[in-house]
Amino acid sequence: MTTPSPTPAGPDPHPGFGPDLARRCYREMLTARRIDEEAIALQRQGVFPAYVSLRGQEAAQVAGAAALDAERDFAFPTYREMGVALALGVDMVGYMASHRALWHGGLYDPMASRFSSLNAVVGGPVPHAVGWAVGERLRGGTGCAMAYFGDGASSEGDIHEAMNFAAVYRAPVVFFCQNNRWALSVPNERQVAGGSVAARAQGYGMPGTAVDGNDAAAVHRATAQALERARAGQGPSLIEALTYRVEPHSTSDDTSRYRDAEEERAWRDRDPLTLLRARMEADGSGDAAFFEQAEQEARKRAEAVRDGVSTAPEPDGTDLFAHVFREPTEELARQQRVWYEEVRP
Amino acid sequence: MTGTMTEAAGAARGPAAGAVTREMSMQQAINAALRTVLEQDPDTLVFGEDVGALGGVFRVTDGLQRDFGAERVFDTPLAESAIVGMAVGLAMNGWRPIPELQFDGFAYPAVDQIVNQLARMHYRSRGAAPMPVTLRLPSFGGIQAPEHHGESLEALFAHVPGLKVCAPSDPQDAYRLLVQSVRCDDPVVYMEPKARYWERRPVDTAAGAGDMPVGRSRVLRPGRHATLVAWGAMVHRCLQAAEYAAEDGVELEVVDLRWLKPIDAEGLAASVSRTRRAVVVHEAPLTAGLGAEVGSLVTERAFGALAAPVERVAGFDVPYPAGPLEPQYLPTIDRILSAVQRTLEYERP
Repeated sequence: MTTPSPTPAGPDPHPGFGPDLARRCYREMLTARRIDEEAIALQRQGVFPAYVSLRGQEAAQVAGAAALDAERDFAFPTYREMGVALALGVDMVGYMASHRALWHGGLYDPMASRFSSLNAVVGGPVPHAVGWAVGERLRGGTGCAMAYFGDGASSEGDIHEAMNFAAVYRAPVVFFCQNNRWALSVPNERQVAGGSVAARAQGYGMPGTAVDGNDAAAVHRATAQALERARAGQGPSLIEALTYRVEPHSTSDDTSRYRDAEEERAWRDRDPLTLLRARMEADGSGDAAFFEQAEQEARKRAEAVRDGVSTAPEPDGTDLFAHVFREPTEELARQQRVWYEEVRP
Repeated sequence: MTGTMTEAAGAARGPAAGAVTREMSMQQAINAALRTVLEQDPDTLVFGEDVGALGGVFRVTDGLQRDFGAERVFDTPLAESAIVGMAVGLAMNGWRPIPELQFDGFAYPAVDQIVNQLARMHYRSRGAAPMPVTLRLPSFGGIQAPEHHGESLEALFAHVPGLKVCAPSDPQDAYRLLVQSVRCDDPVVYMEPKARYWERRPVDTAAGAGDMPVGRSRVLRPGRHATLVAWGAMVHRCLQAAEYAAEDGVELEVVDLRWLKPIDAEGLAASVSRTRRAVVVHEAPLTAGLGAEVGSLVTERAFGALAAPVERVAGFDVPYPAGPLEPQYLPTIDRILSAVQRTLEYERP
């Protein structure tokens, strides 16, 4: 399983992935890469207690999310979907604030962003996507829900319950699995019985597609097709983007205890940015000036995010109490008075 | 829908909006409350296992799908976690979901969605995503049901930040508390005492919840010698115990707590300040049950008035038993009266 297969040569299999879209995806994938690198550095400097890298998954995230309509669709992430957040236009300082441990769900507005709060329960947000989509259909809206999860979460009962619900209700949901081959320290072989997450779709009577998750055009095309189907009232789909987590699970992880460095190297050679750049250079949708400009913009943006999140104010102690209830209780108000009198710095 | 009805047709058919007092069972009263909120708030949705054509295993949702349509009242596949998870997503799309979990013990498969998602989404999103979800949970024991059909989960849910919990004890309050729960913008676990579903009482469906704040208890029977504190089906048992005590000249006050979070600490303190003694009664196992919370609140707020330690009469620390043993597990009138007696005879060492 360790050897990535090369992208097949031949005529363009993804005609919908035009130059403008390729350039947008490249810019955002590169920006996500640079923010990711800044984040790892911030963890090394002690600014972030920990960080979960998306390196290697930029195509799966950005090119898939680029098919979403940020005006009417809604994405339900777990905690490694920084590239999706970026593609949807989420306030990235607010997003990265979660990794600085300023607020678990991040400091962005999930409703305005159409990107739910970061969620550390893998699989947990997937039924939310189904509920949102059922509600969208009831309302007569045309939005779709995109539910993100990984190969590890594909073992969670919630994923299966959610797929069954979505198929029963023909809800406009795209189940988007980033199979990065490692669920923390456990490889696909010991995580995904049968070897394919996409194949599980058949059991729920919906299309299941495995795509090269490092091929931006392939990811975009599969996602756009699934969204089109959902929007047309034809129900949910499952996409399995085959990719690789080239970094450790988190900055607290040690991959040398469970996987071969040679495997990581092989996948680093299939870097989604390198692949997209080669494609754009070949078809002329990106020249040297474009790539240089994209690099400068990505660095500038990443530095701004870095500076913004590093200097963001820590939450005030009143935030402990502010959002527990919409209609606060007397008891919680009493406890807040205790905090005010006995704890407040 | 028409404005005429017979008592027999009762809650399942009548218009909930009209000011009507009629006798109905608790299960009909909850049906009437669901009608009220479905009529008054177009964002409300009722869903769960078998709530549609069947009308629920207890017929609480009888006729709702027929009258409000299969879009607003619908069956779900059999998966409690997804039912609650779907409610979270529906709320994020502006709906006011009223999911049902068929039985108390089957809330456990949904605990992750209830605790980690439903209860926290408003907090996690810093108020951007309200969760006005009323989770209906037929609860407590006393109906000789199979395993997992007689559980009392109130302490579990009351312990979870972000949740509110209530349990009505009679048809009128079942109506009022459900309307109140649905109108509340926070998630509420609404625990229905199955054993009381069929008792008929007059219900005023115009007695809306608008003027009643969440978290208020009520004194169902005034008395001066001791306070019995209970919720759900145990309220009735406490009222029975108070009848027996009265025959011996002991006047027991019965407080129906109604809300298990927030708990009406002031109401408890006011009652115990009058009676100076308290016995809290619940079906759930004793250890770390909500009786401990009640006892602590009373002690903190009315210590000076207390003439005896707060007594707890609860289920035993055993799994909920099968039918023949139910009567020996649930608090009996004799156990309640014995506890009262201990508080009355208590002498400070």
